[in-house]
Amino acid sequence: MREYQENSIVQAVDRLSDSLHRLTLFAPQIAAVARPGQFVMASCGTTLDPLLRRPFSIHQSFADVALQILVKVIGRGTRYLSELRPGAELSLIGPLGRGFHATTTGSVCLIGGGIGIAPLLFLASHLPTSPECSACTVLLGSQTKADLIVLSEEFIQFGCQVHTATDDGSLGHHGYISNLLPAVLPGVEKVFTCGPHAMMTTVAGLCLEADIACEASLEAHMACGLGACLGCAIHGSGNTYKHVCKHGPVFDAREIIWNP
Amino acid sequence: MEPLSTAPPPEMNISLGPLHLANPVMTASGTFGYGAEFINLVDLKRLGALVVKGISLEPRPGNPPPRIVETSCGMLNAIGLENVGLDRFIHQKMPFLRTCRSRIIVNILGDSIDEYALLAEKLTQVAGIDGLEINISCPNVKKGGVAFGTVPEMAAAVTLAVKNATDLPVIVKLSPNVTDVTVMAKAAEESGADAVSLINTLIGMAIDIHTRKPKLANIIGGLSGPAIKPIALRMVWQVARTVSIPVVGIGGIGTAEDAIEFLLAGASAVQVGTANFYNPAAAEQICTGIEAYLNRQGASSVHEIIGTLQTTF
Repeated sequence: MREYQENSIVQAVDRLSDSLHRLTLFAPQIAAVARPGQFVMASCGTTLDPLLRRPFSIHQSFADVALQILVKVIGRGTRYLSELRPGAELSLIGPLGRGFHATTTGSVCLIGGGIGIAPLLFLASHLPTSPECSACTVLLGSQTKADLIVLSEEFIQFGCQVHTATDDGSLGHHGYISNLLPAVLPGVEKVFTCGPHAMMTTVAGLCLEADIACEASLEAHMACGLGACLGCAIHGSGNTYKHVCKHGPVFDAREIIWNP
Repeated sequence: MEPLSTAPPPEMNISLGPLHLANPVMTASGTFGYGAEFINLVDLKRLGALVVKGISLEPRPGNPPPRIVETSCGMLNAIGLENVGLDRFIHQKMPFLRTCRSRIIVNILGDSIDEYALLAEKLTQVAGIDGLEINISCPNVKKGGVAFGTVPEMAAAVTLAVKNATDLPVIVKLSPNVTDVTVMAKAAEESGADAVSLINTLIGMAIDIHTRKPKLANIIGGLSGPAIKPIALRMVWQVARTVSIPVVGIGGIGTAEDAIEFLLAGASAVQVGTANFYNPAAAEQICTGIEAYLNRQGASSVHEIIGTLQTTF
């Protein structure tokens, strides 16, 4: 599997809401080999502070030329990215990690919360398109309506049925998006999830109980993304540590100890 | 436009005692995995040497997460010496390392002098290993947790035991968490070390004021990155003046300028550590940058700058 250190060129920075930005990056080497669920390590500045790259799920990949990442401004690194202008250079390493296994032919459910929605759009674009062999239900949760308006429309364009939930009740169900999962689960062959750990813990629990396959994309602090620093350890089943960068970021829900 | 240089490329080869390297730029243990992690991003044969993740007799699972946290111009880690253990290293990692056409140095760690000696003895029988680096930052379990790296007599005993168990070149990697690092360097030299490398990480910590919890599950961890470079440089300079064996400089090296500072201070070689994480191309860029510096200085060999710090103003 090829990985590249590539100086991408910012093509666009779209502000989806007050805190959510979408960067379109000209990165032909990485875009050509990226698979849904994989990630890139992005430099978040041109100085030594902040020092480390930040991991970002690949949000979309276009025609082997460009890719997109979704950035939620939470600190200095993500603020730097959100303020980049078209034409700026951004060093990326990728594509990294083990992605989703989207080979299923039955109905699937994608459930994402907040910034965790990012990799699910790339996955939705790679699902089998024929409606006879599959149906895709997408459950999207966020704090408020503004984060979901653009994204939910794009999932619909890929032929998915979208349901939403917001913490403030401004769009869809007023409450957790995981509240909507039990009604969707019957008939679903596989669930793909990414979002806050508590949300994914609930999703994984519901799937395991119903004996439905579930893949979850996890997040952890990591210095390299390459399996060298060993900083991104999480508790795996069988009393082992798993490394999010190499063993994941996408895991079978049964590989993880959700409440260590 | 610069005129085309007609000078031959400068000599970059250096020796750490009996260990001969094609250039002075190595990768530091624990920052470069077992080499294969970087196969897509780094031309491994351009490395002066590749120092692999510290190996213990038995596999170690490492510490619970969170294990790393970013700090100003640096990072703290408490990985807990997670490694595959000696057997899996030999059978699963060495076959690749033998193909990468770089010098391979194996960093070893143990909880007792016997463990260090046994590791050295077993690794000496493995083809493709060019040297050993002794990590003496572990606690000595048999002596109640006293670190080998902070008591000169203990460092000397480990060095001696390893030297007696192997005919491979032996580098002793020194901890900066001591009052006088030159005492530790002297102890290693007198016990037969072929070279010393320094510094390992500085012990530090970071706290989340909102949760009032430490940011590392291990509470304390090792500080690395550009933040520690001035301290590392000072210690390398002190040690280089004290011992007559070669010194390998480590600590916050991310650019050729950083590396050249260490060479001027007296290091015969450098190790690139944390920079491998944020810029995997760092070691290659540093090597190229040193060559360019030597050309600009009119130096035909890297030896012409090692230890040439001018201290008169």
